[in-house]
Amino acid sequence: MNLPDAPSRPDAEADIQDVPIHRQHPAWMTLRRLFRHQLFLTGIGLFGIILAAAILAPIIAPVDPTKLAMRYKFRPPDGTFIFGTDNFGRSLWSRVIWGAQLSVVIGFSVVLLNAIFGTLIGALAGYFRSLDNGLMRVNDALMAFPAILLAIGVTAVLGPSTFNVILALAVVYIPRTARIVRSSVIVLREMEYVQAAVAAGAGHWRILRRHILPNAMAPLIVQLSFLFAYAVLSEATLSFLGLGAVPPTPTWGNIMAEGRQYMSEASWIITIPGIALMITVMGLNLLGDGLRDVLDPRLRIQQ
Amino acid sequence: MSLLEVRDLTTAFKTERGEVTAVEDISFDLDEGEILGIVGESGSGKSVTALTIMGLLPQPPARVVRGSVHFAGELLTGMSETRLERIRGAGISMVFQEPMTSLNPVLTIGEQIMETVRAHEAISVRDQRLRAIEMLDRVGIPSAVRRLGDYPHQMSGGQRQRVMIAMALACRPRLLIADEPTTALDVTIQAQVLDLLMDLRDELGMAIMIITHNMGVIAETADRVLVMYAGRIVEQAPVARLFDRPLHPYTRGLLDCVPTLEQDRNRLVAIPGSLPEPARRPAGCRFAPRCGHRIDACSAAIPPLVAVDASHASACIRTDILA
Repeated sequence: MNLPDAPSRPDAEADIQDVPIHRQHPAWMTLRRLFRHQLFLTGIGLFGIILAAAILAPIIAPVDPTKLAMRYKFRPPDGTFIFGTDNFGRSLWSRVIWGAQLSVVIGFSVVLLNAIFGTLIGALAGYFRSLDNGLMRVNDALMAFPAILLAIGVTAVLGPSTFNVILALAVVYIPRTARIVRSSVIVLREMEYVQAAVAAGAGHWRILRRHILPNAMAPLIVQLSFLFAYAVLSEATLSFLGLGAVPPTPTWGNIMAEGRQYMSEASWIITIPGIALMITVMGLNLLGDGLRDVLDPRLRIQQ
Repeated sequence: MSLLEVRDLTTAFKTERGEVTAVEDISFDLDEGEILGIVGESGSGKSVTALTIMGLLPQPPARVVRGSVHFAGELLTGMSETRLERIRGAGISMVFQEPMTSLNPVLTIGEQIMETVRAHEAISVRDQRLRAIEMLDRVGIPSAVRRLGDYPHQMSGGQRQRVMIAMALACRPRLLIADEPTTALDVTIQAQVLDLLMDLRDELGMAIMIITHNMGVIAETADRVLVMYAGRIVEQAPVARLFDRPLHPYTRGLLDCVPTLEQDRNRLVAIPGSLPEPARRPAGCRFAPRCGHRIDACSAAIPPLVAVDASHASACIRTDILA
């Protein structure tokens, strides 16, 4: 902290604008701890591979993943076809990479929808007692269904498409996110600094935005990192069952569904997307565990 | 007209065992620039009185059964939340007991003070900063400009309480309610914070209502004192008068609990028994079961607060004999 000797009288205005309001932001310390956390780094590494594949798909997998080439069908992985080919001779490398892109897009969309609507519903239910009962009973009703069954139900009604999968998974997971946000908000609402803010004349909106939600972020961020993994896994399940993106659009789920029939002769078709799925889910779970270790003060004390 | 006029204020809470009255028939005035001390045990209704005045009790379960609060001529009881928000922080401010938890951990102290200013005044960010610096300076935070960017965890308890006071005073309120402002602090810091409050009163001319269970705090700061017991005011007097000639047996009991230097007893005198639960208050005088001067008539009716002279009143039917 090499600040100049600033006079403390308010009439010395020149220096005032230069002094930062933020110094040693808590987020910095959190980041520093995260980057010393082995599991978190492993998680970031694994998920980073998938993320890089998704972003770089057009460059690293220039072959059209839907291009049929019957004369190359069932080629095992070799120098020409890195991941081999499937029953229509399509490049599995291209299909898995483009499938990664779809998984990541769906994962991000579901996480984003949850971050917006889960937070909104949870904050309203937790903060305004009068809304709590109504919102949470609808929530409970949705949570009463097993996640995948509800997702199947929603996509069955809406029809299979990428957009509908995102919608279905959002419907399935938003109640869970809302519940977590709500429980944080209920605790935070009773904090003394919230009462102090009310006593200082802050309105509901200001209190939620400035005093409650920023303090509710830690558990939400942890939840969202796990949610990403669930969303990718659920999407694979849905498309495995034929309820996801419509073939020939490659998704890990429908690649595995097609590969299932040739499991004994061409095991790489089902194995490779399976491993990709495993890497994604494991990476995100480790990442989430790391975040939880660092962000949850109760766990930190136990260690 | 006084700055704050409280008349017959009665607040009740809905509980599983029916409605329970927390404070009853509270009446007092507070003038501009005056420091009023409210003293009593935990659970005597001091804080409920303050929170009712601020309109900070959630309704339900709380309910103002009767009575009124006028602040600067405006009726606060029953006022809409939006209008109350304008008065809170700008007209009446409050400082809480726990400086450790009364500041938001994710905002810098500069942001928190500016936040309060922003809620009430349409001024530029630059002016908000200037105000924050001025207030921190005024409450005695050294090198205020540099401390703007500090988070609450970087400050000591005494400093945080100073920041709380700076926040409370940022919009120049005419009344500051301090609810146990020094209870959580070390004794030396307590004295500093109390001195600060009195200096600020002298500088800014605001009225202060100081709530405490500590007679020492009252003696040091207050001009006038209300003694509360089980939800009612039992005695009201100017501070010197109260310490010289306490009238109510409860006040005497409280004063006897304070150790003195000359005292050669080994044990402190304590008031026998404990505060009755709000739902199970005795009939008549609520202090009667613990009172050494009790007679049968004490339990007949709740003794009203009777003035013995212009400034001194006591709610005891035996005042004449005991005085």
